Amino acid sequence: LVFTEEDKYGLYSNLLFKYFLAEGVVCGHDLFVASAKEHPDNILKVLPAPLLDDTNRNELGEEATAVKSQEFQDSMKIAWRYQNLPKMEASPTTSTKFGHYYDISKTMSPELFQSVKWHSFYLPEELSSQPEIKTCYMNSAYARLLQSIQRIIYQEGFDGSDPQKKQKNILRIGIQSLGSMLWGDDICSSDTPEDIHSLTKFLYVLRGLLRKSLSACIITVPAHLIQNKAIMERVTNLSDMVVGLESFIGSERETNPLYKDYHGLVHVHQIPRLNSLICDVSDTKDLAFRLKRKQFTIERLHLPPDLSDTVSRASKQDLAESAKLLSSGCGAMAIGKKHLDF
Amino acid sequence: QDKFTLLRDTRTDGSFLVHHFLSFYLRAGCKVCFVALLQSFSHYSIVAQKLGVSLTAAKERGQLVFLEGLKSCLDLLFGEEEEQSGQPSPLQFISESTSNLKALFDFVRTSLTPTDSDAWKGPVLLVDDLSVLLSLGATPVAVLDFVHYCRVAVCSQLKGNVVVLVHSNEDSEDEDNELVVNSLCHHSDLILWVEGLATGFCKDVHGQIKIIRRVSLELTAEQDHVQVYQYKIQDKNVTFFARGLSAAVL
Repeated sequence: LVFTEEDKYGLYSNLLFKYFLAEGVVCGHDLFVASAKEHPDNILKVLPAPLLDDTNRNELGEEATAVKSQEFQDSMKIAWRYQNLPKMEASPTTSTKFGHYYDISKTMSPELFQSVKWHSFYLPEELSSQPEIKTCYMNSAYARLLQSIQRIIYQEGFDGSDPQKKQKNILRIGIQSLGSMLWGDDICSSDTPEDIHSLTKFLYVLRGLLRKSLSACIITVPAHLIQNKAIMERVTNLSDMVVGLESFIGSERETNPLYKDYHGLVHVHQIPRLNSLICDVSDTKDLAFRLKRKQFTIERLHLPPDLSDTVSRASKQDLAESAKLLSSGCGAMAIGKKHLDF
Repeated sequence: QDKFTLLRDTRTDGSFLVHHFLSFYLRAGCKVCFVALLQSFSHYSIVAQKLGVSLTAAKERGQLVFLEGLKSCLDLLFGEEEEQSGQPSPLQFISESTSNLKALFDFVRTSLTPTDSDAWKGPVLLVDDLSVLLSLGATPVAVLDFVHYCRVAVCSQLKGNVVVLVHSNEDSEDEDNELVVNSLCHHSDLILWVEGLATGFCKDVHGQIKIIRRVSLELTAEQDHVQVYQYKIQDKNVTFFARGLSAAVL
C-alpha cells in the first residue's frame, strides 16, 4: 500500500499516479482507477507513453558511462581524503532496468491500452446508481469504493478464489485524492471532523484486501489540507510505504539557490518491512524531483557548493534549516530529531 | 509468570520484538494467543521460519491461536450472512456504533482457557499492535478496559503473561494514543522501549532499546531499573551492544 502525500497543487502527485498506472498497462496488469473529481476515462487517456525504443535507452547508458570515465581520471588534490569514497550516482544506474521509462510529452497510444482490462470507479456516477449498502459506520463513499474493489477482486479471481484461472495477474489500484471533500469526508476542512475513523477504517480494510489478493495500490491524499495530524500518524502506521511530495511552487524555496535545479523534494516517511526483520534502506535520504520536458526524475539532492562572497549569518541559518530537514530519516528506521552541531 | 510486558516504539519500528517474543514463547512450550492486527499470517510465518519456528505447525498442534485481524475484518464486512454461525466476530466493534471490545476479549479468553487435553505451560497473550484498535474506532477507555480484562484473565487467573506492542511519538498529536500508552506504562511490569537514535539514521546502529524493570511497583521503595542498549537488526537475528560500542566503531 503506497501512500502519497500530495504536493500543494497536486501537479506532481498526479504525475506519479499516472506513472503507476502506465507501468501497469505496459506490464499487462489489470487496472482499477478510482476518483471523485476526474472521470477515470479521462485520467486513462493521458497516461504517458512508454519509451519502448532500445536506442533511447542506449543513449542514456552511453552518457552515463562517458561521464564516469572522465571523472575517474581526475584525481582530487585538495579533498584527497574523499577520493576513496565510491562515486555518487545522481540517478539510478541505467544498466539495471527495473520497470519502464516514460515520455511524458506524449500520451499512450490507444492500441497499447486495448490489451489491458481496466475498471473504474467514478464517485458521482456510483452515488447515483446504487442506493443501499452496508456502511459499518464508515463514510458511505469509502464503503462503496471498498465494496467495488472487493467485488472486482473476487470476480476476476485476484484472490485465488477461482482455481481454474491459470494465468495469474496483478491488479493495480489507483485512488486519487482520497480524504478530500469530494469523497464526502470533512477531515480536510475542519479541525474536529465528524468521523475521524472513516479514513483509517477504510485503509485497514483496504490493507486486508491487498494482503489477501495479488494487488498493489497507490493512494494520493492532500495531506497538507488535513488539519488533524493524529490522522496522518495513524495512516502512516497503517500503510506500507509513505512518500510525501513537496513542490517548491509558491513557497520561498523556489528562489532559494539551494534548490534551483529542482522542482521539489521527496520525503520518504516509511518503507515497507514485509516478510523480514529488516528493510531495504537506501543510502540516501535526501531526494528531490525535477520535471524535465520528457521525464520526471527523482534524484539525490546535491547541495551546490557554498560560493557566496558574503558569508552572512542569515543564509547559513537557512542552510542549517534545510540540512536539518534533509537529515531526517524514514520512519521505519530512526528519525533524528535534534540537529547536532559538531 | 503473570507479568505484563509493554513493547513501545518511538520513531522506529519495534515489531522485531514481537517476532522475538512469538518464537520465544512457542519454543518454550507455552500456549500463545496472538492477536495480529497489522500484518498477515504469512508475514509472521516467514519471519518465524527465519528464527527457527514454524507457525503453521504450532497452529496445527493447537499451541498457537492466531487471530489475523485483517482477514477477520474482511470476513466481517464482506462475509455472507450464513457464515456467521454462532460466534460473533472478535472484531465486531468495527461495524457497531458502540466501541465495545468485549467480543475480542471473549475470543482471547476462550482461546487461552486450558482444555483437558492441553499439556502446554502457561498461556501467553501477544498483541500487535494496540494502536490499530484506536484507528478502527475504539475509544481509549475501551482499549484500556480490554487490556485490563485481559490482564485479569490471563495474568491473575491463568497465571500467564501478556505482551503488548504500542506506538508512540514524543510530540505526537494523537492524544488518544498517548493516553493509552501512558496509562499502560504505569501498569506494566516490564517496559521495552525501542527508539530511533537521536542523531538520526545510521546504517550500523538501528536504534536503542531501554529496558525498564518496574521494581517500584513492588512497594520496596526501590527505583525502577533502567538499562539502555543499542541494537542492529540483521536478517535472522538482532545484535545488542552497549551504547557506543557498535561493531562498526570498534
